[in-house]
Formats: sequence, C-alpha cells, structure tokens
Amino acid sequence: MSRQSLSKAHKKITELSWEPTFATPATRFGTDYTFDKAPKKDPLKQILRSYFPMEEEKDNRVFGAMDGAIRGNMFRQVQERWMEWQKLFLSIIPFPEISAARAMPLAIDAVPNPEVHNGLAVQMIDEVRHSTIQMNLKRLYMNHYIDPAGFNITEKAFANSYCGTIGRQFGEGFITGDAITAANVYLTVVAETAFTNTLFVAMPSEAAANGDYLLPTVFHSVQSDESRHISNGYSILLMALADESNRQLLERDLRYAWWNNHCVVDAAIGTFIEYGTKDRRKDRDSYAEMWRRWIYDDYYRSYLMPLEKYGLKIPHDLIEEAWNRIWNKGYVHEVAQFFATGWPVNYWRIDAMTDDDFEWFEEKYPGWYNKYGKWWENYNRLAYPGKNKPIAFEDVDYQYPHRCWTCMVPCLIREDMVCDKVDGQWRTYCSETCAWTDTTAFRPTYEGRETPNMGQLTGKREWETLYHNQDLADIVTDLGYVRDDGKTLVGQPHLHLDDPKKMWTLDDVRGLPFPSPNVLLNEMSDSDRDAHVAAYKQGGPGGRPAKAAAAS
Amino acid sequence: MSTPTKPKERSLPKIELTDAEAGALEFPDSTSRSYNYFTPQKMRATTYEDVTVDVQPDPDRYLTQGWVYGFANGPGGFPVDWTELKSSDWHEFRDPNGEWEQTIYRNNANVVRQTQQNLENAKRANVYSNFPRGWVKFLERNLGAWMHAEHGLGMHVFIAAQRNAPTNMINNAMAVNAAHKLRFAQDMALYNLDLEESHIEFDGQLHREVWQDDPVWQGVRKNVELLTAVGDWGEALFATNMVFEPLVGTLFRSHLVMQIAARNGDYVTPTLVGAGENDFARDHSYSRVLFTLLVQDPEHGEANKAKLAEWLARWVPLSLRAARELQPIWSQPQERTITFAESLEAAKDDFRTMLDELDLPEPKELSE
Ligand SMILES: [Fe+2]
Ligand SMILES: [Fe+2]
Ligand SMILES: [Zn+2]
Repeated sequence: MSRQSLSKAHKKITELSWEPTFATPATRFGTDYTFDKAPKKDPLKQILRSYFPMEEEKDNRVFGAMDGAIRGNMFRQVQERWMEWQKLFLSIIPFPEISAARAMPLAIDAVPNPEVHNGLAVQMIDEVRHSTIQMNLKRLYMNHYIDPAGFNITEKAFANSYCGTIGRQFGEGFITGDAITAANVYLTVVAETAFTNTLFVAMPSEAAANGDYLLPTVFHSVQSDESRHISNGYSILLMALADESNRQLLERDLRYAWWNNHCVVDAAIGTFIEYGTKDRRKDRDSYAEMWRRWIYDDYYRSYLMPLEKYGLKIPHDLIEEAWNRIWNKGYVHEVAQFFATGWPVNYWRIDAMTDDDFEWFEEKYPGWYNKYGKWWENYNRLAYPGKNKPIAFEDVDYQYPHRCWTCMVPCLIREDMVCDKVDGQWRTYCSETCAWTDTTAFRPTYEGRETPNMGQLTGKREWETLYHNQDLADIVTDLGYVRDDGKTLVGQPHLHLDDPKKMWTLDDVRGLPFPSPNVLLNEMSDSDRDAHVAAYKQGGPGGRPAKAAAAS
Repeated sequence: MSTPTKPKERSLPKIELTDAEAGALEFPDSTSRSYNYFTPQKMRATTYEDVTVDVQPDPDRYLTQGWVYGFANGPGGFPVDWTELKSSDWHEFRDPNGEWEQTIYRNNANVVRQTQQNLENAKRANVYSNFPRGWVKFLERNLGAWMHAEHGLGMHVFIAAQRNAPTNMINNAMAVNAAHKLRFAQDMALYNLDLEESHIEFDGQLHREVWQDDPVWQGVRKNVELLTAVGDWGEALFATNMVFEPLVGTLFRSHLVMQIAARNGDYVTPTLVGAGENDFARDHSYSRVLFTLLVQDPEHGEANKAKLAEWLARWVPLSLRAARELQPIWSQPQERTITFAESLEAAKDDFRTMLDELDLPEPKELSE
C-alpha cells in the first residue's frame, strides 16, 4: 500500500467509531487519571488489511526456521547450561504476553481516542500471537532437547513455584488495579519500552552464542511488533501529561513501575545471561554493559529525559540506584546465587561455574571472586548426593534470605533491607522503594489525595510460608517436581544425566525441614527481631552472615 | 579504487558438539515429552491445547500463592464471579476452531488477500458503474451502517470480554472473535472507500448519518450500544453471539445481502459479506460449545439454564425490535427476491434450532 493510500485508508477506518447515545460501554476498570482535557495524540497507523498478511509472512519465516533447526539437528550443538534456564524463562513469559492482550480493554476504557483504540486492538492480537508462538517454541524444546523434565510441567510449575510468582507480577501488573497505572505506565511505558530490549534483544544474542538459533528467530519476530505497542503507549502518556492533575500519579506510577521492573526483570534476565551462557569470550558485553547501553542510554536518556519538558517527573534517583545495584551491589550475582541455593525446589538444572567462568566474571566484574567464588566452589563440591545435603542445608557461609514483600525477590543486598510492621504483620523489603510501594503507593490515598482505583498487593507473598517447616521431600512431592520414576528430582545442581548415582532423589532430600523466614520473624519478640534485623543488615555480600551473628 | 583492508579480528563463538538431542541418553523423564498438567480432550493434546491450556493460571488449579495483585475493591486475576454463570470446571472448554497464532494469521490473511483481490478486479473491470442506482444507495446507506455494528461489537464487547473469563481458552476464543469483527468492519470501510473513489455517485460519509439518525437503524444501534454496556462477560457473549447475531446479524448478512446482491449485478459485496458470515459461523460454533457445556453442567446446569432464560427474556425483544425496524430496507433495492417476512422466518428458524440444542425455553416474543 502506498503511503497516500495508507493514510486515506486509515482515515476511513477511523470513521467506524461513533458517539453512543443509548448507552455507553461499561466501565469495568477504573482509573484515577483523567483525560477530559487531553488533546488526541495518535499512534502509528495500523490497518488490519495489511497487518494480517505481514504477520503471516513473519510467521512463515519462524516456522521455516523451526523445521530447519530440527532437520539440521540444532540440539547437537546446544548448550545444556543455557537450555535449562529456558525452562524457567519460557514458563514465565507466555503469561505476561497474554496478559498484555488482556490489558488492552483497560486502556481502551480509560482513553477517549478511537485511533488509540485501533492501535490497542491490533496490539491485543499481537499479544495472543506472542503468547502462543512462545508456548509452541517451548513445545519444540520439550520434544527435541535431551531433557524434557521441567518443560513438561511448565505451566503448573509456573503457577506453584517461587520464581513463577516473581515473574507473574510482570503480567498481573498489566491487568489489575488502576487501568492507566497497569496498562499504560507499567506495561507499555516501562515494561515494553525499557525492558523488552533486554528481554528480546539481549536474550536472543546470548541464545545464539549457545547454539540455539530458534529463540532468536522467535523473539526477534516478537520484538518487531513492539514498536507499534510502544507508540500506542507513548500516545496515551502524552495525553495523560496534558492534564496537570495526572502528573502526581504519573510520578508515583513511574517510580513503582520502574523499580518493580528492575527488581524482577534484571533478576531473571540478568541471571539467564550471566550464568546461563557457556560463551566466555571477553570481547562480548556483560549484562551490566548491555544494561548501560540499552536501558540507561537508550531508554533513560533518549526516551524518558525528553519527556521532562512535557512535565513528566522522572525518577532519576531510582535509575541511578538500579544501576548502582547492578554495578556495585552485585544484584544479578546475588540473585543467581539464590536461585542455585534453592535448586531442589526448581524445575530446571543449574550448572556449576568453572574456572573459565570465574575468569570471565573477574574480568567483567572485578572483585567477583572474593564475593562469590568460594560459594560456587562449594556448589560444585556439593553437587552429588550421598555424602552431603543440598547446599542450602550445608554450612557454606550463607544465610537463607528474607523475601521482599513487594517484588518477592529476596532481600539479597542485605544492608538495604527494610523491616516494618504493615497491616498488622512484620514484613521485609529489599529496598526503600519496595517498602514505599506497599506502604504508600498501593493505597487508597496518596499524598493526601483520594486514589480509589489504585490496586493492592495481595496473595501469599512469601512462598516459604506455604511450607513452613515441612520436610523438603514432601515439599518437592507436593510441587510435583519429580521425574517419571517417581523419585528423581527435576531440579539438579549439575548437568550429568549420564550417571544415575549423581541424580538426587526424594530420599536424598528427606528429613530436612524448610522454615519460612517471615513466619519466624513474626514469632520473634520485639528485641530479638531488632537484633536479628540489625545482624541481617550487617551480612553479605554473597549471603555471608554477619560475623557477630555467625558467632552466636 | 579502494584497496582491500585487513578485516579487523572477528570474534566467533566456538562450535561445540554437545549432543543435547532428544534420545541421546536414557534417564528418568527422558521420554516424558508432553505437557502433563492437563487432560487433553482427545487421546493426544493438539497444538492448540498445548499452547493455550493453563497459560492463564487459576487458584483452583496450581496457583498456590494466589493472585499477587488485587483491584481496589476486590480480588485480581480472573474472578469466576465476573459472570453469573457457573461451572464445575471452567477449564473443560476447548475452542472447536482451535485458534492459536498460526490459524489466526492464516485465516485472516487469506480473507484479506481474497477481499483485496476481488476489490481490485472489480475496480479494474469498472463493475461499480454497472450497479443499479438503487443498489448503490443500498450499499451507501445500509452496508455503511452495518459496519459500525461490527466495529462496535469487536471493540467494546469482545475486546472487553477477553479480559474477563476464567480460562485462557475462553478468553482467546473471544479475542479471535474481536479480531474477526474488527477486520470485517475495516474490510467494509475500505470497500466503502473504493466506492467513494470510483466514478459513480456515492457519498462515502453518509453511513455516519444513517447509523446515527436513520430511524431504520436506531434499533440496531441501540441493541449494539446496550451490548457494549454489559459488564457480565457471559451475558455479553450470550446476548451478542446467541441472540443479536442470529436474529439481526445473520438476518442482515445472510438472509438479505447474500440473497439479493447477485440479482442486483453485484458479485463483489457477497464475497466480502460472505467472509464476515463465515467468521460468524466460527464464532457461533465456539459460543455454542461453551453454552452447551454450561447448560449440561452436572452441578450448575439448571441454574445456568434459568440464567440464560432470564437473559433471553431481556435480549430477544430488543433484538427482534431491531430486526423489525430494519424492514423498510428490504424494499430499497430495485431487484427484490426475498421478503422481510421470509428472511425473518429463516433467521428465527436457526435461532429456534439453537434454543432447542441448549434446551432453553422459547421466549414468547419469538412467535408474536
Ligand atoms: Fe508481546
Ligand atoms: Fe507488546
Ligand atoms: Zn523488592
């Protein structure tokens, strides 16, 4: 279609909307934002007549690549270390995708602009595409990769594991609470605009380096829809900014959404990229280097900063602090270590780190070995059953962490933990901002103004609470992370499938009670709790208990 | 002439044979290659089921920590009480069309390609100039008005509804339904644009006025607007696909346009409207499967029937009135082959068959 006929066609389809007089669409999802004075800002022109064939063409390329990968025996060259993390990643991501589809009516209800509605409608179809094409990729992995365990329980595991829950925020957050907070600021302005770059560009390049060229094919195809989504969100953001009274809410939501995305996405993707790769060429970028370029330079400096002139209050301090956590406070390393600590309740296997890995980490993150090297050596030493328990139950100078009530990633940067009694319960937070999100942002009033549509944090947010002091063997059985012999665990702290003696079974993890740090915290007397929290904050890095606490 | 420069040192990944292929080793789970957390409808799960089932989690299945975000005044996620219908197992429903990524794009791309080709051929052959004046007027006013109905239902009934049902299978079926409606509406709008740009007398703006003010169309517009105002997704789906569509949508598309277009020398419109009718056949089919499950539910079947009967009583009179108010357009084209009474009877017959299938009582208005 020529540009001229495209814009004529586009103008024509906008004639399809009308002003209703008998009844107006049900407002199912409320917002505290107002758009009464907003001038209409339009997103990219999108017409279904050209959309469907264009996407079909993209699909054909994806399906062609899938056939090719199978015929070309791609899995003879794929790194297991990498593929194992895909069991986690691909269990999470189809739900955020489909949630993005579900989020579209929230934005449509809230924003009075038919052109934006058309763009959002197309996005809905895209997101159904993304969710199902990713499920189909995972199905191919399950069928053709050496170890299907974990892929074969994927959506169940997503729903009942502690990691699934962390990932689920990035999904539920799009479709719940204030419609604009959820479907515009959290979903589009932050998740899609900032973080799909690392998700869908950094992940594929790492996959390719590990012999997997299907993930790049699928995710680049997904990513190519994203500029339209970003444009939808940008139009809504500009409309929202036109009304002064929205600016306070935008500031709140940008702080919440930015910080939550950082906590969740950097934890997950950072770990996949830094600990899931076998390619340790030093001329390749680390996650921190990619973050600096794509998130700090491209998103923060090129996308967010120019919005300041329209009155957007940008959380400069939180962007700097996210960087500080990644670069100086070892955020990604702490998370990877935590995932590996919890291996018996995972549904994927985590490879040990070798000397090559150590060397690369030291090069990219000077000082890494002193913080984490010993622990990973212990991880390697304790990889097989028989003589020892899983690493979480051995003395390796690691204190099992409290969990952040808000982002549900544990409070791994120990000195930053905040402990507070909220809604009658002692809660721990990984950071000041996560504490603020629960105590201040997700409340029916904000800085003295009524925010009746703001959502709330709900659910059993500390996973360990579900199983307080139960036997680890029973927990794993209840989760269903057991292989088809009825005893071998899905999760393993190594990659050796060739030797049955190296594979951990339920018997190897029996007799180990698994306590909930939050239950224990709430059982403590006030003075014990104060001392405990003070000692906790003295701990780290690498999960080391504080010296004094270790002695007692 | 440029001199060849020494390429700078390239960095390549090491090729490593890992033999991480299925079957390379035998160990526990080495042959467990199916998603094992749901029961497929038939012996083996279809691709559709694999890519759809349980992607939207459920606290009644595996979601042990519950929804982690809530609305200000109630739980988040996909609460079952967002419809008054009840099910002992919402997850039983499977879309008979098995819609997922590949089917969505294949089907819709085929339709738009075919439509576009037909429209181009028509333009090239200059067929519009042979349309009788009365028929052109019919298209200008009535097909023009109808495209609003399709668009409104797509944008404000089905897109809204696909946020709300308790399973991914139901929500995806409704999302695809939305895509059909919007695409069909746009197809008609772009056809309208073609007619506007052809050298015949055709007012491409008239459709707005007709839809907004022509008394003949106000019953339809009222029905559509009321449908968009329904908060209960089950009611919205039932009142749209099981009441409005058979009594008004099919009446207009199948029992009028498809019957008379050819007689008026128009082979273009039927291909376009036929595609819309074909979409509806698919969308009607998933709706029937869903409502059949609900009325046959071992625990809630009777309560669901009572609820659907209540909705019939609310929506059938509205849709019948909308249908009857359309009557004058049957006499607008020069060539008439079918009377309004015949068309309405045909639509009612289909509707009765459906009521019968669902074992629902016939509302008295139907035989008035
Ligand atoms: Fe997406
Ligand atoms: Fe998106
Ligand atoms: Zn946190």
